[in-house]
Amino acid sequence: MIEIVAEIPRAKNALPAFSRNVPLIPANSVAGRALVVVVAIMTFLACLTAGAALLVAKASQEWRSDVLREVTIQVKPLTNDDIETLVAKAATVAAQAPGVASARPYSKTDSERLLEPWLGAGLDFSLLPVPRIIVVRMRESSAENLARLREALARDAPEASLDDHRIWAARLGMMARAIVALATALFALVIVALATAIGFATRGAMAGSKEIVEILHFVGAADAFIANEFQAHFRRLGFRGALIGVSAAFAFFLGAAALSSWWANSPGGDEIAAMFGAFSLDGVGYVALAAVGAAVSLLTGYLSRSIVLKDLQKLQ
Amino acid sequence: MGLRYGIGPEIVRDLNFSIAPRSFQFLTGPSGAGKTTLLRLMLLSLRPTRGTIRIFGQNSAELRNDELTALRRRIGMVFQDFRLLDHLTTYENVALPLRATGRGEGTYRTEVIELLKWVGLGDRMAASPTVLSGGEKQRAAIARALIVRPELLLADEPTGNVDPGLARRLLRLFVELHRLGTAVVIATHDLHLMDQFSFARRLVVGDGRVTIYDGVS
Repeated sequence: MIEIVAEIPRAKNALPAFSRNVPLIPANSVAGRALVVVVAIMTFLACLTAGAALLVAKASQEWRSDVLREVTIQVKPLTNDDIETLVAKAATVAAQAPGVASARPYSKTDSERLLEPWLGAGLDFSLLPVPRIIVVRMRESSAENLARLREALARDAPEASLDDHRIWAARLGMMARAIVALATALFALVIVALATAIGFATRGAMAGSKEIVEILHFVGAADAFIANEFQAHFRRLGFRGALIGVSAAFAFFLGAAALSSWWANSPGGDEIAAMFGAFSLDGVGYVALAAVGAAVSLLTGYLSRSIVLKDLQKLQ
Repeated sequence: MGLRYGIGPEIVRDLNFSIAPRSFQFLTGPSGAGKTTLLRLMLLSLRPTRGTIRIFGQNSAELRNDELTALRRRIGMVFQDFRLLDHLTTYENVALPLRATGRGEGTYRTEVIELLKWVGLGDRMAASPTVLSGGEKQRAAIARALIVRPELLLADEPTGNVDPGLARRLLRLFVELHRLGTAVVIATHDLHLMDQFSFARRLVVGDGRVTIYDGVS
């Protein structure tokens, strides 16, 4: 004989957990999961553009600070005077000028080595009037100190000319600002795309929750109450999406920082380091990325609330 | 008052009646006569295409959204198809009108539990409506309508899904509510059931019009 023993689950009849208010808009739906994915991708892209803008802005500040603190004195062998004497004299004048941290003359060999990439190695440079370079580090970049240095050189070492790289620094700055502006525009576009996606998702959720909205109206729920429920629903979805997006962006920048330090010794490492610094965000950068995530989460809730309120006005 | 959907014929027309406070009436008529439409007009979920509805002394056409919400809190509605939210428990469904007013869960817990026990759902509080029987859903829907102690109760075929015994018990529940001061309108086409409550006024819907028969005292 076959005996079938059926056990009816009693868990459903147990006393409910009274301490919480269950969300009135069901949390798990296909549209909800799709929105989490969209928000995650958009947040990741927003974080990438924001992070890239921060990296370039920081690197640009470092470039300009470095470039402006360093000036070059060029001594051309145009007279019959001994070039070594002229270089030593110009270096002494520069070293004594106010605001100068150091003045390091390049030796004849150093100067010739600078020409090797263009003229090739093994050439007899003694036949060429190779100008000599003195690299001067300023304590701080100041137009006044530079003017004094220029005056001192004109007075005491007239064979030397001063190049302060300001044009180069200005071009670098302009390029960096252009990159930051582009990243900001991309960031704005991502946010607009995100807001549009939230709008579609909210209207989709409202259409999917038409029955719930109707019942809430019939039991005397005010528009603000219903909008609050939708806001809470979308803020939760937005938070989940933003958390995934920000985490992915953190992983990306941490990975990029590890890779760039690994590449630092490779031939291309210098160029990457020059463009993005060490390709690593500092603490402020990571806080900014987290702020982007928090803003996305709040934006998702706020936008859905305003859309729901607007639609409810038409509905009643 | 009259109502038509789109450019179709008028579903109900030339209606002129009132529901007195603390009154008890059946709304009856054949299927498709417009009973549910009339209840929805009284709930203000439909607006008449001509004429006016005055409810609790206010013209429904002049109500702002917030005033409409305040009025609906004075009305309890039992839908024919229950309209319970499946993702909430029975307890949460019944508590919904109170939650919608912004009250904290702790302030209404006892009331909801007592009412659920009163309608015989004390041991089904945590159950989802998806596992409730037709009769249990009906009682949960009634409890949700009663929890706000409405001044006007509208019930659409509240006994349509239950056996005759339970139907009588539910009707007695409505009568009890009427005695406590609520105006009750019950839509039904169960003549046998109406005959058991002969004191009730009958509003008979047919051909889009309402004929009124007063109850026997």
